[in-house]
Amino acid sequence: MKALTIAAGFAAIASAAAAETPVLTIYTYDSFVAEWGPGPAIEAAFEESCGCDLQFVTAGDGAELLSRLRLEGARSDADIVLGLDNNLMAAAHASGLFAPADIEMPELDLPIDWEDDTFIPFDWSWFAFVYDKTRLPNPPHSFADLMAMDYSILIQDPRSSTPGLGLLFWVKSVFGDQAQEAWEKLNPKIVTVTKGWTESYGMFLEGEADLVLSYTTSPAYHVIAEDDDSKAAAAFADGNYLQIEVAAKLAASDEPELADAFLAFMLSDAFQSVIPTTNWMYPAVLPEGGLPDGFVELERPDRSLIYLGDDVDNIRDEALDEWLAAAAN
Amino acid sequence: MARGRRQLTAAAWTGAAALALVLAVTLGTLATVALRAEFASGLGPADWAAVRFTLLQAVVSATLSVALGIPVARALARRRFAGRGLLITLLGAPFILPVIVAALGLIAVFGRNGIVSQALLWAGLEPVSIYGVQGVILAHVFFNLPLATRLILQGWLAIPGERFRLAASLGFGPGDIARTLERPMLRQVVPGAFLVILLLCLTSFAVALALGGGPRATTVELAIYQAFRYDFDLGKAALLALVQVLIAGSAALVALRLTLPAGLGGGLDRTIRRWDAAHPLLRLQDGLLIALAALFLILPLVMIAVNGLPALASLPASVFTATLRSLAVALISAFATIALALPLSAWIVQRRARIVELFGTLTIAASPLVIGTGLFILLFPIVDPAALALPVTALVNAVMALPFALRALVPALTAIEADYGPLADSLGMTGRARLRRLWLPRLRRPLGFATGLAAALSMGDLGVIAMFADPEGGTLPLALYRLMGAYRMDAAAGAALILLASSLALFWIFDRGGRLDADA
Repeated sequence: MKALTIAAGFAAIASAAAAETPVLTIYTYDSFVAEWGPGPAIEAAFEESCGCDLQFVTAGDGAELLSRLRLEGARSDADIVLGLDNNLMAAAHASGLFAPADIEMPELDLPIDWEDDTFIPFDWSWFAFVYDKTRLPNPPHSFADLMAMDYSILIQDPRSSTPGLGLLFWVKSVFGDQAQEAWEKLNPKIVTVTKGWTESYGMFLEGEADLVLSYTTSPAYHVIAEDDDSKAAAAFADGNYLQIEVAAKLAASDEPELADAFLAFMLSDAFQSVIPTTNWMYPAVLPEGGLPDGFVELERPDRSLIYLGDDVDNIRDEALDEWLAAAAN
Repeated sequence: MARGRRQLTAAAWTGAAALALVLAVTLGTLATVALRAEFASGLGPADWAAVRFTLLQAVVSATLSVALGIPVARALARRRFAGRGLLITLLGAPFILPVIVAALGLIAVFGRNGIVSQALLWAGLEPVSIYGVQGVILAHVFFNLPLATRLILQGWLAIPGERFRLAASLGFGPGDIARTLERPMLRQVVPGAFLVILLLCLTSFAVALALGGGPRATTVELAIYQAFRYDFDLGKAALLALVQVLIAGSAALVALRLTLPAGLGGGLDRTIRRWDAAHPLLRLQDGLLIALAALFLILPLVMIAVNGLPALASLPASVFTATLRSLAVALISAFATIALALPLSAWIVQRRARIVELFGTLTIAASPLVIGTGLFILLFPIVDPAALALPVTALVNAVMALPFALRALVPALTAIEADYGPLADSLGMTGRARLRRLWLPRLRRPLGFATGLAAALSMGDLGVIAMFADPEGGTLPLALYRLMGAYRMDAAAGAALILLASSLALFWIFDRGGRLDADA
């Protein structure tokens, strides 16, 4: 009985404390909150002004975040999800879990126009093949080069990895109905297909292949953190496929105003200036000081490719079937 | 008799409780996921192709691992040499490593830039290519040959020295020994070892994918991933997980049927001397086998150590807190494994309850993704899943390690009961007394092995923690993935070395404790 009273007392204290400091719960992917990721700086900066307690909850990656929110449904504690991307947006819209953001949109620094008011971009990059300039003097400039010449490539499986899925869309957007033939020509160059980005990038750094599927912004890490400018990303004449990472407010959030405040903060300088050197992506809004050195020199493709809209999932299924069929031949 | 009966019932109760927990974690979570599904699309041709590939690669990998493991185990069983104990400990290393660490170690040796290719280039030859079917097999043999060797070696060491003494006095040569002593032992041990490795290969897809060279290397587990990630199709995920369990169940039935019970009479635990293996040619053969196996296993480990050493000094503090957390989880889950395995083994042996052994073995074939999701669905309405991350990880790891513990304990306990059971019965030694006076002393070796293995497995397992982890509370494998995911490959190599060292240390401490007597 006594224990019960004490427990009730604690609960009362806890709820009183909660009433004073509202809690904003953000679901994000794991690497975002690592000590070297953007999470810690962003949490400190937002808590300075919001009078709230910002709490991160993590899942492996964007696709797992969406799965988890669908499992939790309306009972979820999440106020914000941060880390979905353009390829997940259609499914996320269809889930009906998210509500439009009530914020003033600043001018975005994206290669495309942004119209969605539920999913707000916070960073972006292009998928690209990364190589080592000292080992590969003649990098490819297009898929045609990639197919024609004697390159070795590491990619990720589209069924378990975000960049892997990006490449599937990339090839589909360049080759359309000819995607399967394109894969049949690419497959002999592919050394192996890994479960995630981590495995293949690690293998690339060990010298296992000429090129690895990653981002145009990957070389910036090596320049800034390791003072090594030997890595470069190939901009393709066909264009490179975009990944735009987005955040959204949950419709069932019990702190909708605070959630909006965070989404507005997300597009401010305090958030955006942290992104390049912690998440190694382009910020969605150009920070006042511009991009850091190491990002400025990066090669940028002339064309940006992206599928937006409700039929993304159908395109994905078709592209996956073609990829598997090409591999079976 | 009445007393004995009651005691047996008590043992069965504990065993039943353990079994209920195991079933709840494996099949219970599967049912939870299936119930939560809104719809289920059936299995398409691609799924059946995945089933076929999964079976094929698992059978090939397990067959090779066991076929190679037998001669290596025999060589280790009949030779004494400096460093033998260390080598046997290192045998535990490959398959307790997280896949990515082991794969990078293999690549450092057999990859395009690896030492084998460099040596071949230097000699003016073509470099080797690891990617393709040969890569999958190489990796699976690297992972599982040591396990096969250890499990089979366990069988060899369990043959009482008196039998070899008797065989020597009868003038038996190696052929006679093989026929009368070794083959019966192998029929007892090999099906179980084969089964465990087969089941391991059923669910390991990251290796097959990373070294397999393409999407043809699609396993059932990968199809489960796809169902989750793409379509959030819980029904299909559960269905695929069920197919996986059914494959594993059929394999287990066959393997357990093939297993021969022991029954030749006990020994006095004297040091085993092998008069039969003194021939110089046999010595050469064994020496060669051991050297080759050691080289194959140890080179990649050495490369992991070499790559990791420079980063040790500059590792972020979080890696060390993650190490402590992992050690705690590993210890808890190792003792939980034994707490589950001992009553289950007793039940299996005393009641000849093969079906229990079947269920206890199936846990490796359960999909970690489905277990994690099922537990999540069960726990989420009650508590914050992140608050339970570490206990849940410890429990799931314990259940996943159970088949290994059963592999070590059941044959040993069967032998004990066959050799000493009638004597113990006639003395009226039941229940606790039997456990303390007969079982525990004689099970020391397999218990030490099983505890060490469970601890090391739990140390290296990413398992369900990724689904439950809170940002500040990750384990060491998770910290390692986080480092790699942030391009910090050097620091990750340092973390990998710490992981390798602490897994091995855990394994060594328990395993050593279990065989202090015989292997000096």
